[in-house]
Amino acid sequence: MAVRVQEADFDLGAELRALVAGNHAIGGLCSFVGLVRDLHPKAGEAAGTVKALTLQHYPGMTEKQLAAIEAEARTRWPLADCLIIHRHGKMEPGEQIVLVACASAHREAAFEACQFLMDWLKTKAPFWKLEDTENGDRWVESRTADAQAAARWTDQKA
Amino acid sequence: MIKLLYFAWLRSKIGQAEEQIALPEGVADVGGLIVHLQARGGGYADALANIDVVKVAVNQEYAPFSHPVKPGDEVALFPPVTGG
Repeated sequence: MAVRVQEADFDLGAELRALVAGNHAIGGLCSFVGLVRDLHPKAGEAAGTVKALTLQHYPGMTEKQLAAIEAEARTRWPLADCLIIHRHGKMEPGEQIVLVACASAHREAAFEACQFLMDWLKTKAPFWKLEDTENGDRWVESRTADAQAAARWTDQKA
Repeated sequence: MIKLLYFAWLRSKIGQAEEQIALPEGVADVGGLIVHLQARGGGYADALANIDVVKVAVNQEYAPFSHPVKPGDEVALFPPVTGG
């Protein structure tokens, strides 16, 4: 069980192996990795439009929110372990931004918890993306689809 | 005193990341604080022109505009988050 907010990149294979090492009650490990895109698909942009991405965050609150989100996932699903790594600072297209990984005895819990963590992270973790494009800097706007994706978990609980 | 923090484009428009201010007289909640900051004009008025896109955290927890503000609090103003 861990939450890490860091500037450095992470070794995906090593992180996943370490998460399940020594626990043979784990039958499924589900992971999601978010990557830096080089274009805004909805704006119909050409590949290569975005040169870099800078993630700003709220030190202190970020860690608290991620820990709370993880704790919530653990109350909803029987997880053997889970890991959230979220990077901040400047990144180039293709780089890894975020890792969410959930391990459980069975795949359903691992899949669902992973999706839940990403949906909540997208709408609650205090990060902001600044894209460095050919036409200057722009702050990424929040998506209604992300709010809707997160809301389904609330509806389910009610 | 209260500590104010600004993030993303609110930070760019206001022109600083954080500041300490004395709790203005008559300000008891987040909404009152925002009205006080808007009245400063300039970048503050610009950043807080549309409060529908301004989110608030008091002492690192999300809070509504009706949340009370007292001396010693840390109040952060920021746009909807875009991490992940």
